[in-house]
Amino acid sequence: MNTVTTPKPRLTTSAMIASIASEGQRTRAAPFGKALVELAAQRPDIVGMTADLSKYTDLHLFAQAYPERFFQMGMAEQLLMGAAGGLAKEGFVPFATTYAVFATRRAYDFMHQVIAEENLNVKIVCALPGLTTGYGPSHQAAEDLAMMRAMPGMTVIDPCDAHEIEQATPIIAAHKGPVYMRLLRGQVPLVLDEYGYQFELGKAKIIRDGRDVLFISTGLMTMRALEAAQALQRDSVDVAVLHVPTLKPLDAETIAREAAKSSRLVVVAENHSTIGGLGEAVAGVLMRAGVHPAFRQIALPDEFLDAGALPTLHDRYGISTDAVVASVKSWL
Amino acid sequence: MSSIAALKDCAYRIRRYALRMGEVQGQGYIGQALGLADALAVAYGHAMTFRPEDPEWEGRDRFLLSHGHYAIAHYAALIEAGILPLEELETYGSDDSRLPMSGMATYTPGMEISGGSLGQGLIVGVGMALGLRLKGNPAFVYNSMSDGELDEGSTWEAAMSAAHHGLGNLICMVDINNQQADGPSSQILKFEPIADKWAAFGWFVQRVNGNDLAGVLAAFDAARQHDQAQPRVILLDTLMGKGVPFLEQREKNHFIRVDPPEWQQALAILDAQHAGATA
Repeated sequence: MNTVTTPKPRLTTSAMIASIASEGQRTRAAPFGKALVELAAQRPDIVGMTADLSKYTDLHLFAQAYPERFFQMGMAEQLLMGAAGGLAKEGFVPFATTYAVFATRRAYDFMHQVIAEENLNVKIVCALPGLTTGYGPSHQAAEDLAMMRAMPGMTVIDPCDAHEIEQATPIIAAHKGPVYMRLLRGQVPLVLDEYGYQFELGKAKIIRDGRDVLFISTGLMTMRALEAAQALQRDSVDVAVLHVPTLKPLDAETIAREAAKSSRLVVVAENHSTIGGLGEAVAGVLMRAGVHPAFRQIALPDEFLDAGALPTLHDRYGISTDAVVASVKSWL
Repeated sequence: MSSIAALKDCAYRIRRYALRMGEVQGQGYIGQALGLADALAVAYGHAMTFRPEDPEWEGRDRFLLSHGHYAIAHYAALIEAGILPLEELETYGSDDSRLPMSGMATYTPGMEISGGSLGQGLIVGVGMALGLRLKGNPAFVYNSMSDGELDEGSTWEAAMSAAHHGLGNLICMVDINNQQADGPSSQILKFEPIADKWAAFGWFVQRVNGNDLAGVLAAFDAARQHDQAQPRVILLDTLMGKGVPFLEQREKNHFIRVDPPEWQQALAILDAQHAGATA
């Protein structure tokens, strides 16, 4: 009898915005769009704007609910940011949406000079953060956090899941000043509600405690860190997770305090380039605080990333749960 | 209705204030300021609604200085408008002054935007015009820009959008002095036929001699009174250094050369010409 070896199935690149939810994971649909619609009922000063990406940023829900307060700016990101500044100058609170690559790489000067320099009340909400599409570097925003952190006066947020996006939306609207928020859209994983988590602007929070490893993570990598923590528990590795949704202003006090506790391995995990994101920000905090734990970074390499299927790419670049677990084991 | 004689006085004072600021600093974009002074006189002396004592009054017409380096001209107009005190021109470009070399909203009363990164004013104007319309506020947004800014892609993003949204409350002034940093604008990036371009984008277009007060006045009136829901552009062909013949004739440059004794000479010529014209 001949034995037939079945080759490993080759995954295909999924739609532009693949859900990052794993199979069977709890999700919630369009948390940002729904939260904004709800908020706008009480806040007539909120307006929505997009550069031809309302459907892909869940802003179409706002457009349907409040057509008179929705502005389609066309595929023109400089215009999107500059006009958002103009509406803010007239007293409105614009939520301007596009993909993270286009906001940061095409319209940086317009966010810098029109919005940030005058501390205007514009909320820039951007889909496809980091490596959340298999379409290649044209759509992968691996350096957006570095760029936005460098901009004076800009608040920078990378939420983890649907629960946090829902909570953060009214909070950033209430905050006076410009905000850049990374967005997960479509069917978004629901994780942090189980931990009784409450988002606070500028606050890092311990999601779970542990003696051996301290993850300091942001965005969807907090979800991965929590999954990795459960897997490592089975090998008797006790893992803490400190979630840092606000990259700027950074909660340096909490980060330094947690990193100084016992002699845990500190692993900073982010869906972003190794350059200029949470990893380097935390390293700076610890150096300045005189706290020197063993320190490792889980982040995307400083490269133009591959195209392909998202699960393949997350494995390849070390940000899947399995890859995170393997990395941590190799460092212990 | 403003008289041409009154606007001539107004333009003369704007030129005078600009020259005095140039003398304080020993430099400045004085060629541009003298060229645009007539249009600024019509804007602030005739067309615009504002309250000098309350530059942030909600009912004011908004004037956006996209070409931030024209701040010397705009400060002169703001002094003429009574928004800035005359004595403050002595601080132009100095440490801790409210009058920096490039105009910024965060520094100066009456300065609506932080221009200077060229090609931004008109897009901010689109947002402000959308906002005013949403509020039911009948104010106009005036955006002042240079011909060099026609090079910027964002200008045309804004032009397309303003027409798409039918922004009849947006008036764009383009100072065509055919001079940008590296040379004549028409040779840096050919912009003609510029009236046809704006018209093709859906704008109500007028092109006038920007140093003919009667023509500029008529153009501003027509821009405000035009009854179609479309944005309006006034293309102003201006002469750098206008009003001071030796500066009009000086070799063309982004920064016109003015030697130290020439500031007083320029003021004397300006005063004499104005006295002669009004005698």
